[in-house]
Amino acid sequence: MNSTFHLANLLTEPPGIAHFMTVGAVLFVCGAMCMATKRNALGVLMGIELVLNGANMNFVAFGSQYLQNGGEYLGLDGPLMALFVIVLAAAEAAVALAIALNFYNNHDSIDVDRADQLQG
Amino acid sequence: MDASALPTLLAIAWLTPLASFTVIVLLGKSLGPHGKYAGYISVGAILVSTVMSLVALFGAWLPNHPLADASHHGASYEAGAHGSSSPNAHSGDSHADGRAADAHAADAHAADEAHESEKPAYYGDWYALGQWGKLKLTIGYYIDALTVTMFSMVSLIAACVHVYALGYMHDELHDPYVDHEVHVHDGGHLHRPGRFHRFFQYLSLFSFSMLGLVIAGNVAMVFVFWELVGICSYFLIGFYIERQSASNAANKAFITNRVGDFGMLIGMMALWASLGTFAFGDLTTPDGQTELGIFSRLRTAENDHRLVPPPEMVAEGERTFASTETTGDGGSNAGHWLLFIAGVGIFCGCVGKSAQFPLHVWLPDAMEGPTPVSALVHSATMVAAGVYLVGRFYPAFSPEALLVIAVVGCITLTIAATIAITAVDIKRVLAYSTVSQLGYMMLSLGLGGWAAGLFHLVTHAFFKSLLFLCSGSVIHAVHSNDMREMGGLRRKMPITAYTMLVGCLAIIGAGIPLTAFGLSGYYSKDAIVEQAWSFAETNKGAYWLLLAMPVVGAAMTAFYMFRLWYMTFAGKPRNHHRYDHAHESPAVMTRPLLLLAFFAIAVGWTVPLTNLSVTNLLHQAEPAGIAATSHGVLLPSLTVPAEALSHAPEIKFKAGLAAFGAAMTGLLAATVIYLWNTLNPAEIRQTFQPVYRLLWNKWYFDELYSAALIRPTMALGRRIAAFDRAVIDELIHGLAWLSRGVSKVFGVLFDQTVVDGTVNTFADWTWDFGLLLRRLQTGSVRQYVLFIVAGTLVLFVAVSTVQWLAYS
Repeated sequence: MNSTFHLANLLTEPPGIAHFMTVGAVLFVCGAMCMATKRNALGVLMGIELVLNGANMNFVAFGSQYLQNGGEYLGLDGPLMALFVIVLAAAEAAVALAIALNFYNNHDSIDVDRADQLQG
Repeated sequence: MDASALPTLLAIAWLTPLASFTVIVLLGKSLGPHGKYAGYISVGAILVSTVMSLVALFGAWLPNHPLADASHHGASYEAGAHGSSSPNAHSGDSHADGRAADAHAADAHAADEAHESEKPAYYGDWYALGQWGKLKLTIGYYIDALTVTMFSMVSLIAACVHVYALGYMHDELHDPYVDHEVHVHDGGHLHRPGRFHRFFQYLSLFSFSMLGLVIAGNVAMVFVFWELVGICSYFLIGFYIERQSASNAANKAFITNRVGDFGMLIGMMALWASLGTFAFGDLTTPDGQTELGIFSRLRTAENDHRLVPPPEMVAEGERTFASTETTGDGGSNAGHWLLFIAGVGIFCGCVGKSAQFPLHVWLPDAMEGPTPVSALVHSATMVAAGVYLVGRFYPAFSPEALLVIAVVGCITLTIAATIAITAVDIKRVLAYSTVSQLGYMMLSLGLGGWAAGLFHLVTHAFFKSLLFLCSGSVIHAVHSNDMREMGGLRRKMPITAYTMLVGCLAIIGAGIPLTAFGLSGYYSKDAIVEQAWSFAETNKGAYWLLLAMPVVGAAMTAFYMFRLWYMTFAGKPRNHHRYDHAHESPAVMTRPLLLLAFFAIAVGWTVPLTNLSVTNLLHQAEPAGIAATSHGVLLPSLTVPAEALSHAPEIKFKAGLAAFGAAMTGLLAATVIYLWNTLNPAEIRQTFQPVYRLLWNKWYFDELYSAALIRPTMALGRRIAAFDRAVIDELIHGLAWLSRGVSKVFGVLFDQTVVDGTVNTFADWTWDFGLLLRRLQTGSVRQYVLFIVAGTLVLFVAVSTVQWLAYS
């Protein structure tokens, strides 16, 4: 990535790493906003998935040799990290859904704002 | 077997008892019922030592070093006479064989020289303990004929004593063991667990220490094993630790020896400071250089192995003594003085170990130990160590130091013999007899009779261990030490009685005068008297006392030994109760007696058709140069005649008759008084009341030491203890009180304000800060996400700003 990067050039240039990073950033921000605004626990979970996938996007992009214009790239580490995050996300989703279910059983609701027992 | 196997063989002989000691220490009572197998382990170990020593002697030493016949005394006498007439010439030694006698004096000279240079000895280091500058401590060995002889003698006697102790200490296998000599406060006797295994553990350690002392290759190692022997005797003398007398005797032995060891340390330091080495023999360092040992430095080949203080000794000395100790011709005697001090210092250690006057007082009290221990201490180990060291260290003794040794030995032998005459405790008689015989050895060594003295050490070891084991057998049978309660026992215990008779005959030197036939003591004692005669003829004047005393001593020896035998075994029983209960000891005890009796008879003989005899072995061990006549430097009138001179026929004749006559006189007196009862001992006692009282009280030595040393020391100790309590304790209490007060004030003024205040302030701050942070912990997940996002943004902005500032 050269240092004279401008957002405006994005649309006129051939697909490079910057494009992937942009998509990843959009996904990340969407996910973060989702987590911050949804009161439904499942919505929050979805936000988490978005954030994780935004990060995955970056890993995959860094691991591809076609996007680097001959520069250095992560190689197989990128896809591997992505796979790792996917597996992690699956496990995390399973645990989180179990928590949500139990929370619902206890509170008849999955509103995260009502889960404030841990406040200081 | 090759001679190079000697160090290995002797090392095995030396270390096996240590292994046995270790096993018994670790396993102790778990070895069989009441630790019975500990005895077998210990006996096995010492038997291995004996076998190894004998293999070393007969398999490795003798085949490689054929013995010269030293009994052609005429030949060596010629050579010795030649040497004494011209002190500068290299004088002959007693090794001169028939060839030398026939040859011209000059030829004999050359033959001797060749012989002298190849004194067979092996020395080296096994292990270096450490080196600090010049000070090098090693575990080394010095093996010559003397070492091999001593190894055989020590291990053989120790083996006999070990086997004997299996029977003698049998009572200790009972649990609980009842000690009838200790009364506890409720009127009964002391009951305690048996200590069979412990006894054998100490015996093993004792054998190990003594063998280590014999094999030691340097003075430092000698000192280490010297002390080990001392501590072992302490353990064994105090074996019946519950008896007050036993623990006192152990302390006495140990402390008396410390006095002597102090002198020995001084001697060692004097030698080390001037010569810079502890080693006896020359050592080759790894880089191929030869480090000269003590002997080669003091008696260099250039000086024909005469004792000449080396330059470093003189130079060292001149700085110290130059102003005071110069002779008329301008030369300095500093080196000789240093040698004298070193010699007398080393001898001080021997005075302690070998119970010489004035440190002889511990040995008779050492009787408190079990009898096998007495046998071992008195023959082969503890007391032999001192004589052995004098013999080993002989090349470093100057004629003046030798005179000191001779005088001390002479005083010792006289005093001890007189005390033995009146003692009634069977073991005490033997103890004083030991002291007296040790005096003979020292006297002989001091008069130049190196081989004679050490020969007496070997023969004495055999017959004295025999005598002690016999007395142990008697005590075992009658349960008393007092000869006044014995009598007539020869009918009850014939083996003990007649083996003891052999021992008595051996110690008085019974033999056919003027022939070469007699018991072992006959050869060694005659050799000593001959040397004394030769010395007295060479040095006129008051030196004749050094001849008269051993001759008178021989008479007294015969008297007290046969007084002992008659009182114990002959005549009618004095105490019928004890007599009726007496019985011969079991075979495990009598067999060692028979073996030792055989040696007591035969150890002085030459094996037929060979040259093999202890005398010839010892002559082979004679260090280079000491066979020559030497002259005093500090005391110019003093001449120590060559040992070979004492073999002159006319001296042999006169000395032999004198010794025989003296022994017969003593024997006759004892027979008249105690067997035929022609004279009543009680009347004699009455007649010589003052003398008797003096002897009965052992010349008041104990009282003298008690009054002169012990009581003042105790009084001083009490004063100091009182001072401690009154002044030092009070001072410390005062200081304690003061510091407590100070800390109390300090606690209020400083701790509670400054220290506590600081800590509390910090605690308050932490508390407040926590309260502040508490607000952030809202418990709402969505807010946390917001915090994360906001934090990320802040980080991003911060990093960007920094980067921008850095790159623009």
